[in-house]
Amino acid sequence: MTGRQATQALADPPAILELNGVSAHYGKVRRRGPGDRRPAARRRSPGGSGALLPALAGVHLTVRPGESLGIVGESGSGKTTLGKCVVGLMPISAGQILFRGQVVGRPGRVADVPRVNGVQMVYQDPYSALNPKRTVGSTLREILTVHKLCARSQAQERSAELLESVGLSADILKRRPRSLSGGMCQRVAIARALAFGPTVLVADEVVSALDASVQAQVLNLIADTRETAGLTVIFITHDLAVVNQVCDRVIVLNRGAVVESGLTADILSRPSDPYTRSLIDAVPELAGELWQR
Amino acid sequence: MAAVAASGRGSATRRLGTVLRRRVIQVVPTLLGVSLVTFILVRLLPGGPVQTLVGVRATPASIAAVSRQLGLSRPLVSQYFTYLGQLAHGNLGYSFLTGTSVTSIVASHLAVTAELIGLAVVLALIIGIPLATVSAYHRGAWQDQVIRAGTVATLGLPSFWVGILLVTYLGLRLKWFPSGGAGTGVVGTVDHLFLPALTLALTFLAVVVRSLRASISEILRADHVDAARLKGISRFRVFSRHVLRLASLPVVALVGLNMSYLLGTSVIVENVFALPGMGQQLVSSILQRDFLVVQGITLVFGLIVIVISTAVELIQAALDPRSAA
Repeated sequence: MTGRQATQALADPPAILELNGVSAHYGKVRRRGPGDRRPAARRRSPGGSGALLPALAGVHLTVRPGESLGIVGESGSGKTTLGKCVVGLMPISAGQILFRGQVVGRPGRVADVPRVNGVQMVYQDPYSALNPKRTVGSTLREILTVHKLCARSQAQERSAELLESVGLSADILKRRPRSLSGGMCQRVAIARALAFGPTVLVADEVVSALDASVQAQVLNLIADTRETAGLTVIFITHDLAVVNQVCDRVIVLNRGAVVESGLTADILSRPSDPYTRSLIDAVPELAGELWQR
Repeated sequence: MAAVAASGRGSATRRLGTVLRRRVIQVVPTLLGVSLVTFILVRLLPGGPVQTLVGVRATPASIAAVSRQLGLSRPLVSQYFTYLGQLAHGNLGYSFLTGTSVTSIVASHLAVTAELIGLAVVLALIIGIPLATVSAYHRGAWQDQVIRAGTVATLGLPSFWVGILLVTYLGLRLKWFPSGGAGTGVVGTVDHLFLPALTLALTFLAVVVRSLRASISEILRADHVDAARLKGISRFRVFSRHVLRLASLPVVALVGLNMSYLLGTSVIVENVFALPGMGQQLVSSILQRDFLVVQGITLVFGLIVIVISTAVELIQAALDPRSAA
């Protein structure tokens, strides 16, 4: 991932995904499960003062096709909320979201991004991300048949191809998540996202639940897929080493607002915002390594 | 991989074996206990079968004669062991009053009770699943509060009172349903069983709703439900395929674990609605001091509870290795 590529990406005019002043709120007490379709403004606790906590406060963001964008910040900084708003699992309360120049997200609604060839997501906990009672095959086949992405008779074959593309054997089609390792589950989750032929992949802390050697494999897999499929990837992470390894560009979130954004190398070596500096200082080895550059 | 699967199956069989062995070892002492307690309790009641048979104005001589004939003049310990001996041969004894075998009495009343409980469970699910779903999707909101308060209130309502209300209003006033007795044929059976089953279902509803609400809201928190939403499938399909199917497993266990409660309440419900099931037979036998019928029915109740809870435990152990430990 060189700076030159990233600069080219930046110079490339049409954005694939744009956020214009997007805000999102949780009620004082979070009232429903993820994917709540009620507008945030109506989700106040009945007994409380009705004050709303902003999870995102006017975020502006432009994502270019093919780039790899890192979103960093500590727990509670709004990273995951941003991801959920972008994929359309959580309603925004202000601003708009554009996908390929079309407005897909308006205040009070969840973003209506296309599922096929659109935006897909990979989650943090590989076990929770897969339905425990379904086999890998039925998880993949459901997508292919519901969206008629291939003929019913070819669904099995296509599922096997998808698994092979993430480095898994077709043997596991009949297995359930319980009998797979965390790394394998995460690969299945990636295959599930790839089944849609997405243009943007939101990877929410995809490696933080995996052990170090598997982390590298999964990151490499995403990087490879990015190249072969021309995928745009948004990495949501608290891990600056991950950012350093795979992201062209990075934005730093603090309390739901963007405090800094720019090329990864610039931000990590010359942070201008004190919050970013404190994040980097929290990772001593990485700080040392970067100063050496 | 084949080897892994094979050893997995082997350990599953072993696990089920452990559960089954433990349960079988428990069965005999449990049934012995049930038989001893009911044996003593029915004899502690004032009066007895002899009184019922000969009437209040019988001479002491005829009372003694009938007692001897029924074997009730022998010492209690000897009576109990004779009873156990019969049980060991699968003989539940004979009714003092009619001479019919207890086994055939149980057999002729079992079906009604089984149908009552079966229909009650179905009704509890038909009413409970939508309520639990609304509650879980609106956690903490007013819908949730109303449903939770409402179901807890049904838990507090005595089933005989609910039964009487239902008979009075839906049965006698509106004449929507028959007010008692059993029907014939499928339609007649369901028609007659509806109000009693609804009464039983209402007392069971709170348990169903609470458990389902908890499991649905836990599943809603899992990422795979978000992933299912991102599949672009309908909300109903997300719910039915990905949420409800997972949430329904604990409910199966719930029905099994509450079987003793359902059987106990069915005794009351059958008497309110004059349903000729085991519960009604039990109460009339107690009133007539027909000792062996009371003991027999109680034993069968005990056996049903043990068999069903064992079955539930086996199913759980097969599905989830941790529960067998």
